Amino acid sequence: MIDLVPIWTLVIGFGVFMYVLLDGFDLGVGILFPFARGEEERNLMMNSVAPVWDGNETWLVLGGTALLAVFPLAYAIIIPALYFPIALMLLGLILRGVAFEFRFKATRYMHWWNRSFFGGSLAATFFQGVVLGNFVRGFAVDGRHFAGSSFDWLSPFPLLAGLGLVCGYAMLGATWLVMKTEGELQQASRRQARWLLLGVLAFILMVSLWTPFMASQIAARWFTWPNMAYFAPVPVVTALIAWTTWHALASDRDTVPFLGAMGLFVMCYAGLAISLFPYVVPYSVTLRDAAASPSSLAFLLVGTMFLLPFVFIYTFWSYYVFRGKVRAGIGYH
Amino acid sequence: MTLDPVLLSRLQFAFVIAFHILLPAFTVGLAAYIMVLEGLYVRRRDMVYLRLSLFWTKIFAVAFGMGVVSGIVMPFQFGTNWSRYSDATANVLGPLFTYEVLAAFFLESGFLGILLFGRKLVPPWAHFFSACMVALGTLLSSFWILAANSWMQTPAGYEVIDGRYFPKDWLAILFNPSLPYRLAHTVTGFFVTTAFAVAAAAAWHLKRREHVPEATASLKMTMGLLTVLVPLQIVLGDLHGVNTVEHQPIKVAAMEGLWETRTRAPAVLFAIPDSKNETNHAEIAIPALASLYLKHDFDASVEGLKSVPSSERPPVGIVFWAFRVMVGLGLLMAAVVAWSFVLRFRGGMERSRAFLATTVAMLPVGFIAVIAGWTVTEVGRQPWVVYGLLRTRDAVSPSITGHDVLLSLAAYIVVYLVIFGAGIYYMVRLAKAGPPAETEARVAALDERPARPMSGARA
Repeated sequence: MIDLVPIWTLVIGFGVFMYVLLDGFDLGVGILFPFARGEEERNLMMNSVAPVWDGNETWLVLGGTALLAVFPLAYAIIIPALYFPIALMLLGLILRGVAFEFRFKATRYMHWWNRSFFGGSLAATFFQGVVLGNFVRGFAVDGRHFAGSSFDWLSPFPLLAGLGLVCGYAMLGATWLVMKTEGELQQASRRQARWLLLGVLAFILMVSLWTPFMASQIAARWFTWPNMAYFAPVPVVTALIAWTTWHALASDRDTVPFLGAMGLFVMCYAGLAISLFPYVVPYSVTLRDAAASPSSLAFLLVGTMFLLPFVFIYTFWSYYVFRGKVRAGIGYH
Repeated sequence: MTLDPVLLSRLQFAFVIAFHILLPAFTVGLAAYIMVLEGLYVRRRDMVYLRLSLFWTKIFAVAFGMGVVSGIVMPFQFGTNWSRYSDATANVLGPLFTYEVLAAFFLESGFLGILLFGRKLVPPWAHFFSACMVALGTLLSSFWILAANSWMQTPAGYEVIDGRYFPKDWLAILFNPSLPYRLAHTVTGFFVTTAFAVAAAAAWHLKRREHVPEATASLKMTMGLLTVLVPLQIVLGDLHGVNTVEHQPIKVAAMEGLWETRTRAPAVLFAIPDSKNETNHAEIAIPALASLYLKHDFDASVEGLKSVPSSERPPVGIVFWAFRVMVGLGLLMAAVVAWSFVLRFRGGMERSRAFLATTVAMLPVGFIAVIAGWTVTEVGRQPWVVYGLLRTRDAVSPSITGHDVLLSLAAYIVVYLVIFGAGIYYMVRLAKAGPPAETEARVAALDERPARPMSGARA
């Protein structure tokens, strides 16, 4: 029988990354909400993501359920370990998700839903970063269970990762707005994106310097010969993308900054994968140890290979229908 | 006082799922209704259908948004609070949950944007197609989630290795013994709930002599549908009950309030079940009737609660009363439908003030019946999370404390009360405002803009 664990590792890795990119920019738009000048700009910002946010968040549900189906041991250890960050992330997603509809239905309390959209987006992003930071830090494991307490997540590195992700999603959101809007809002988004790009680079640097001291596996992975040579392109390409994005933001290019911001996320994600492989519960349970039974993996793969192309087709169609600069009247339905 | 993480986790799960289930109970039916309205409009070009579709789509958007965000919570509950359940059942249930996402959630969310925002951007057939795909998505979602739930009620097609469940026969897992009955009964219940909600809005407008063409069309459509679905639902409920007698006799004993195993088992109409003394107080019962409707034979023997030790019995009072609420509301619905049937033949359903007032009052009845039915089946499964295999108290995450769960439960309660309060307020306000006027509908759907520009994006 074919070994399905590598295939599933790629599928799940891809699904989680789709979530980070797609919900990343619409959460980022929420984080930038307070910087908008007036309700007209806020309408445009919200309408630029309103038709697609729901599809974007579906990748998170896929990530959660596929982790349960494919790496159940990882799910059973990591999710309870992150009891509060996950609950707070979910509450953030609720508060910002309902704002899409409520804000346009509200009259007197519209400002309340503006705050809910911003606060929810901020909280969801920050706690996703905390989840990521704890993942890199590793988990205390005893047998098939998480062995720590529900407050282990509260430590400096995960909090730094939370702030870093806020900066990163805001950068995705700002470059998305550069692509989707015109005039003053676009100019303001360009300026914000440049500051946010600098911030993201600072966080990348801090995380890259911190993690080798935190986990010996990460230090060994990057700083031994010949790995050093193999992985040298990662920082080099990251720097090149950052340079291109910076210059595209200074010029009148509309699409390049968003592509560049996504490129930076690709590089960071690749860097994380290099650091943590082959663990799915760092640094105790490997992908293979956590994998579900071959029958479960095969049963799910057959349908996934059939359904995923359709998901791409209609996701693409939806983005295609709403292509171009966002129009003021689109919120009307 | 020590806080029990198991009890609090159960309360939290019950709380988040009870609120969540209200939304599919409404959106599964409403998506299908919008699909029918869009189809009728594409075919007949009658503006009444377009105006009704625009009207219900706005309300659908609010309900669906709330359904999405309260739904994202669910797949993480299994991990945060029930990690031992997840570890034990993932090989069987994980693929089912994942198929729900791949086959249903993506379909819904991918086409929802076009349904809500794309009317002017795509041809009419593509918009109708999107409405069909959203409706199909909601139905497929019901199939997969109820397949998983049914497996927890009537597990099949598995083997046990080291206390964990592994798949042996996927068809047996999916089409486990209770799935066909649960699926039919639940989805019909969702359609009935939506139809009564739509009818209530129509009756409210008719009572006030507003939006008469739309409200009359929609009242006649929904009452026609209910005339078929409510009697069908009573039959399906009976079949589901017979299936439960076969596979989960103790759940049925709790529903019926039967302590002793006996032939000619009575139908208990009213009682105060007393679990401690294993008896009912103030019981009013009809002899031998339960044997008839459970086994379709007056002389059949029905298993009582005392046939198993008390550690294997569900909390009797909750199950007993939730069942009576569901059945009572079902009979009430049947009475209203019978009334509408008489009025339809005599003519003047849309003018009878008493009937219209009753229909408005029926608005919450479907929702309450869905919650009551869900309570019967879920609490009735206790003390098991997977019936007969895994006890609920052995399923909870070992690392969480009672205080952890109390904190998160409090946070969920606060946020859900705000969100559901606001959402229901906005939906009721939209429903009261009624369908858009002719010119508004033309602007919204056909881009025939009036001379003055639309201000902003206010809906």
